[in-house]
Amino acid sequence: MSSRNPETTLPWRVRAAILLRLFAIQGAWNYETMMGNGVAFALEPALRLLPGGHRGEPFRQAMTRHSGYFNAHPYLAAVAVGALARAELDGVPVSQIERFRVAAPGPLGSVGDRLVWAGWLPFSSCVALLAFGLGLSPGGVVLVFLGTFNLLHLGLRIWGLNAGWSQGLDVAATLANPVLRQAPAYVARATALVAGMALPVAAHGIIGPGRVLLGGVLASVATGALIVTLLHGRLEGWRLATLALAAFVLFSMVR
Amino acid sequence: MISIELVSLIPLGVLGAVLGLDAVSFPQAMLSRPIVASTLSGALIGQAGRGLVMGVALEFFALESMPFGASRYPEWGSASVVGGFLFAQAADGMAGAMTVAVLAALLTASAGGASMVLLRRANALGVRKQQAQSAQGSRNAVLALQLGGMTADLVRGGLLTFLALVVFVPLQRAVTATVTMAPTVSRAGVVAIASAVGLAAVWKVVHTTNGARWCLLGGLGVGFGIAASLQ
Repeated sequence: MSSRNPETTLPWRVRAAILLRLFAIQGAWNYETMMGNGVAFALEPALRLLPGGHRGEPFRQAMTRHSGYFNAHPYLAAVAVGALARAELDGVPVSQIERFRVAAPGPLGSVGDRLVWAGWLPFSSCVALLAFGLGLSPGGVVLVFLGTFNLLHLGLRIWGLNAGWSQGLDVAATLANPVLRQAPAYVARATALVAGMALPVAAHGIIGPGRVLLGGVLASVATGALIVTLLHGRLEGWRLATLALAAFVLFSMVR
Repeated sequence: MISIELVSLIPLGVLGAVLGLDAVSFPQAMLSRPIVASTLSGALIGQAGRGLVMGVALEFFALESMPFGASRYPEWGSASVVGGFLFAQAADGMAGAMTVAVLAALLTASAGGASMVLLRRANALGVRKQQAQSAQGSRNAVLALQLGGMTADLVRGGLLTFLALVVFVPLQRAVTATVTMAPTVSRAGVVAIASAVGLAAVWKVVHTTNGARWCLLGGLGVGFGIAASLQ
C-alpha cells in the first residue's frame, strides 16, 4: 500500500538546493558514518519544511535520524534522499523510514557500482582515448570525456531525486527496472569493443610513427597484461608498474 | 631563483586542490581523471597537447582503480596535475621526460590515496566530537562537518600537489640530465607498461559478461587496423 500523500509538494527552489547539495554528499565521508552526514546535509533544505521549521522538534529528530550511518553509490544516493524527503514530509512512521535506511544502501550501491564505476566510467575513458588516437584536439578530447561521462552522471542524479520523491519509500521497485538491471551488461560489451579499438590507436598516438617499435610495444602489452591478470588480487597493476618504471629509470641512468 | 619557482607553482597547487576535491568530495564530475586533469595542467603553461599525452598515459593506469566506496585507491586529480606539468615543461625530445613524469605521478597518486585515508579518519574524529550535538539534531553540526570535510580535502589536494612539485621538479631535472635513452624508446617503454595495466583492467571488468571477450577481440582487430593505417 502506498504511503505517499499526493498533496505534498516540494518547491522547485528546495529541489534545486537538494540537487546542488547532492554533488557534495561525500564531502565528510568517513569510516564511521560513511556518507551519513552528507545525507542529512542534502535533506536539510526539505526538512526545513517540517512543522516549526529548522527550530522545530520534528526537524531536529529528522536530522538526528539522517546523520547516522548510511552508504550507497554517491550518484544513486539521490534516489534515497528523494524518497526520504518525501517520507519525512508525508509524516511516514519512523519505523518505516528506519527500515528503508537499512534496506536501501545495498541495492543502491550495487547497481551504481556496476553501472557507473565498472561500466560507464571505463567506457567514457576508452571513448576519449580513441578520440585522442584519432587526432582530436586536447580541448576536444576533454569535452568528449566529460560530455560522455556526465551525461549519465547528471542524468542519474536528477532522475534519482525525482524518482525518489515521486515514489517515496516504494522507490525500491524502480531499481528493478530492466534498464538498470540489464544496462551494465550492455555497457560492459560496449566498453570491451571501444577499449579494444582505443588501446592500439592511443598507444600509436603517444609513440608516433614506427611500425617495428609499435609491434614491439604491442607484444609487450600482451605479455604485461597477462602478468598483471595473473597477479590479480596479490599486487595491483599500477603498483607493479611503479616498480617497473623505477627500474626502467635506474637502468636508463646507469647503462 | 628558488623563490620565483615556488611562486610559479602556486597556480598548479590551486588546480591540484580543486581537482583533488573533485575525486570524492565535490562534485565527482571526473574532472580529476588524468585525461582531464593532466591536460588542464599542461594548458596552464601553454602546453595542452603535451599535457594530454601525459593524461592518456596515466588514464591507462587509472582504468584499473575505480572509486568503490571505502576501498583504498590512488588519487589521480592532484597526481595528474603533477605528471602533466612535469611532462609539459620538459623540452620536446628530452630523454626520459615521460618516464620520470609518469613515475612521479604514480608516486603522487599513491601518496594521495594515503592522504585520503588520513582525511577520512580525521572526518570520523570530527563526527565523534560532534556526537552530542548531532544527537540533538543540530543543523550547525551537520553543516560544520560537511563544510569542514570539504575544506580539509581542498587543502589536502593543494598541499599534496605543491609538495610533490617541490620534490619532483628538481628531481626530474637531475634524472633527465643523466638519462641517455632515446625519447622514443622512453615513450615506448612507458606506453607498453601503461597499456598492459589498462588492458588487464578492462579484461578484469568485462570478462564475466557474456560476449564481451569477443567484443574486446573484435575491437582490438579494428584498433590494430586503424593504427596500421595511421603509420
